[in-house]
Amino acid sequence: MMYRLPQIPGEWIDRSQPLQLEFEGDAAQGFAGDTVTAVLAASGILRLARSFKYHRPRGIHSFANHDANGLFEIDGVPNQRGDVVAARNGARVRAVNTRGGVARDRASWVEWLAPFLPVGFYYKAFHGSNFASWERRIRSFAGLGSISADAPKLPTPKRYAFCDVLVIGAGPSGMAAALTAADAGARVLLVDENARLGGSGRWSGLPENVFADQLARISAHEHIEVSTTTFAAGYYADHWVALVEPERLTKVRARAVVFATGVIEQPAIFRNNDLPGVLTGSAAQRLLTRFAIAPGRRVCILAANREGYELARALRDHGVTVEAVLDLRASNDQDAAGLAGVTCLTGVEPIEAIAGSQGAVRALRVMTPDTGGASRVRTFPCDAVLMSVGFAPAGQLLLQAGATLHYDTQLGQHIPAKLPKGVFAAGRVAGEYDLNERERGGRAAGAAAAAYARGEPMSASVDHPRAFRQVSHPYPVYPHRKGREFVDLDEDIQVKDLLASVQEGYDSLELMKRFSTLGMGPSQGKHSNIPGANILLRARGKSFADTALTTQRPFYHPVPLKHLAGRGFHLARRSAVHDRHAALGAHWMTVGGWQRPQYYARAAASMADCIAAEVRAVRDHAGLIDVSTLGKIEIFGPDAGAFLDRMYAGRFSDLKVGHTRYGVLLDEAGIVRDDGVVARLGDHHFYFTTTTSGATAVYRDLLLWNARWRMDCAFVNATGHRAAFNFAGPSSRAALQPLTDIDLSEQAFPALGARQGLVAGVPARVVRAGFVSSLGFEIHVPFHAGATVWDALMKSAPTICAFGVEAQRVLRLEKGHPIVGQDTDGLTNPMEAGLGWAVKMDKPFFIGQRSLRIHQQRGARQQLVGFVLDDESVAVAEANLVIDGGEIAGRITSLARSPTLNRTVGFALVAPRLAGVGGVLAIRASDGRQVAARVAPTPFVGAT
Amino acid sequence: MKIIRCPLNGPRPLLEFVSAGEVRAVPDADCSDAEWTAYLYTRRSVPAVRREWWCHTPSGYWFVAERDTASDEILKTYDAAALAGSDT
Repeated sequence: MMYRLPQIPGEWIDRSQPLQLEFEGDAAQGFAGDTVTAVLAASGILRLARSFKYHRPRGIHSFANHDANGLFEIDGVPNQRGDVVAARNGARVRAVNTRGGVARDRASWVEWLAPFLPVGFYYKAFHGSNFASWERRIRSFAGLGSISADAPKLPTPKRYAFCDVLVIGAGPSGMAAALTAADAGARVLLVDENARLGGSGRWSGLPENVFADQLARISAHEHIEVSTTTFAAGYYADHWVALVEPERLTKVRARAVVFATGVIEQPAIFRNNDLPGVLTGSAAQRLLTRFAIAPGRRVCILAANREGYELARALRDHGVTVEAVLDLRASNDQDAAGLAGVTCLTGVEPIEAIAGSQGAVRALRVMTPDTGGASRVRTFPCDAVLMSVGFAPAGQLLLQAGATLHYDTQLGQHIPAKLPKGVFAAGRVAGEYDLNERERGGRAAGAAAAAYARGEPMSASVDHPRAFRQVSHPYPVYPHRKGREFVDLDEDIQVKDLLASVQEGYDSLELMKRFSTLGMGPSQGKHSNIPGANILLRARGKSFADTALTTQRPFYHPVPLKHLAGRGFHLARRSAVHDRHAALGAHWMTVGGWQRPQYYARAAASMADCIAAEVRAVRDHAGLIDVSTLGKIEIFGPDAGAFLDRMYAGRFSDLKVGHTRYGVLLDEAGIVRDDGVVARLGDHHFYFTTTTSGATAVYRDLLLWNARWRMDCAFVNATGHRAAFNFAGPSSRAALQPLTDIDLSEQAFPALGARQGLVAGVPARVVRAGFVSSLGFEIHVPFHAGATVWDALMKSAPTICAFGVEAQRVLRLEKGHPIVGQDTDGLTNPMEAGLGWAVKMDKPFFIGQRSLRIHQQRGARQQLVGFVLDDESVAVAEANLVIDGGEIAGRITSLARSPTLNRTVGFALVAPRLAGVGGVLAIRASDGRQVAARVAPTPFVGAT
Repeated sequence: MKIIRCPLNGPRPLLEFVSAGEVRAVPDADCSDAEWTAYLYTRRSVPAVRREWWCHTPSGYWFVAERDTASDEILKTYDAAALAGSDT
């Protein structure tokens, strides 16, 4: 552990528990508490990865899980974030984008192709006929990591949480905000992406004893819940925030949110700024304060702010040789105090980092100010270059929340200018850099957020300290004639690539991003968006003051797909007799959210044979189908009949009690949208059905229309209240009569009748139903009694056969009944569907009536007809087209082989000129052959 | 996810609501075909504060929401009785 320092107070590691992991064959030693990257850094392994495009060696960059250098395959699981993933003893770690390992990556020759791979190369080269072959080759080369198809599916739980104040970020301002809000009585959720609280406060002068006291207060506070290793991935409407933990996704609803998200340190852009050993100053601080690891033995610091000098002092205090502090600014004021003996130069411009063995940095070459005499170019030998030249706000969530950020030239950073209701910002994201400012800002935000959460109005303005010191260099970009000044490490984008984008005309942020792929890698531009925008604006003679930052869509940081997949929450409705169906061997299908038996399996019989047997049973004896899935609606009140007259196309106000009438429901355009049977059970009481899939929407529409009409009636959606069975077939009456006190004789209970009585001892509503068979009884009973009644009906005669949805489709087709939505479409009016008889145009008003007048004037555009297929040698299917005069003239909407007739019959929507009975339809089958069908009268099957 | 304040049930998540679009008066039956067609197929999409029909689906309660379609902010919600025939 060549880079591990002696114990540092507050370090995150447990030195009593050593561990070892293997990185591409080399052993690396660390301690419990180390992350994977920390173990590699402590062991002097500098090359962690190869870059995406040129396969250049890469090392630690942010050490904050913000860059994509630290992506590893760990024990076979790809794309693990080594900066934050805890090291496990014995883990096997390797880089994700190499051919043969980081040390001897066989793909590193790609960099020699760089001159031939200009920006936008893919867009220009790979289109047209050669795209497919190139795509295959590039795909085999590109991508990070490989997925094992054998990986087990590990469901990741999702959780919902609620709080008064959500504080994102637990640095000095976030901790202060959480404590202040909680003290004011708010329930606070404090989240931080790091494993421990404290943030950058640990190296920004927060004394250990003060920090320890804050930690103790937070953990003891009954109103504060803390969630570490948790990042806020996206902000959604009304303070709804996605929180991602390693093994859980939490959707939290807050009354107010404090963004104490801090800043992301930005690199200086100079030649070879991507070498292993060139890292941000805050990365060095994380290595040092959290893991007691030296970033190098002899370091150069590129500085443009006070933070760079604080780093120099910290490193020197821990025995690291600081070769030089090289300041990009003309003056360093008093920042260099206490660094006697260290070379501190100002007005420096970096020229290049120089690579040594293993491709890591061995020296930094810079241009110093003209002092008249010695050469201005100086080379400083070093094994690490630490960049402390500026910061960008971690403000993407703020932008998602609707905040506007403006650029403060004094500070050199974007800060919030206008915050939406319930949104507060504190700390460095708001431009507050010095420790007391950060804590004061946090307390103010916490108090304001708690007040807002209590319902107190929010003050409109954002109050910021106005006396900023400059912490970010306005333009730390140093192009080199030989290039390799990387702006985006994910995508290997250099300064010249962005300038080329501008020259090609892609000169707005959004266009440049897409053309150059700037910020489109796994780190989503956390280190490249601001420098890239800066370069673009400078090239166009503009500045940040003229430009709004773009808002990235969620997620702010990559979220593992397993978090999003999680468990499914697909609801399936089951009828009261679901287990009876299962016991009978039901094959299930999903209809309108319900599970319904498609057919019942029979030993050694095909699906078609099973369905045919069910059809024959109904025609010959009696069958029973579960129709509990039908929408069932009750309407009560003096205006109930008048309401139905307005709602449905037919007339119901004159329906006699104890009778039913078919009803067709239109939309305002006069299109058939649903149908059902309406029964009048009392003067002020109707009970009616809708289609299975239409139930929810129809009920909702009834309520909407009566919210407008305000008629004196009320509605109950009884769909889930009642089980319903259609007991159909010639022997149904005889089988049912012994089970009921209702007189089922034709005289007492004729077709279109509705009765109430007992069936199998259960109060039931029974209506005569002719949908599948001339004689049939639809029996509606309370849900809880469904199984009792089903069992009684099934045992009522030895020949009773349960039938499923497929048999029902055949049976109703034989009887000539269309199904709304199958035999009609979004343009079919009732006349075209053959349902004109159910429309009463002489009523004063009904929905769709005004449109039907126009339809009647214009005439039908299509007509639903029955047909029989004479030639059965060609396989015809539903949706096959009807051809007339070389043009499409219709299509088949229903088709079935009728077991009763022993021939194939169907419905087709055809041009009216083809609708005459006896006419011939030319059907083009799926295989392209043409076959003739004859238009036939319906019903196909008469009174059985 | 957005929160909508249902006049009957209080603040509830958007998931529990459906909208039926702007509150609009149905033209008289004796209007011209062109007027009727415009009613059926034309909607106002210019951003403005609009009165819209919203339904809290678990309770089946329709109400009126005034929503700024530019900012997606719901300014107020109230029972449809307040429309009192003016827009139905």
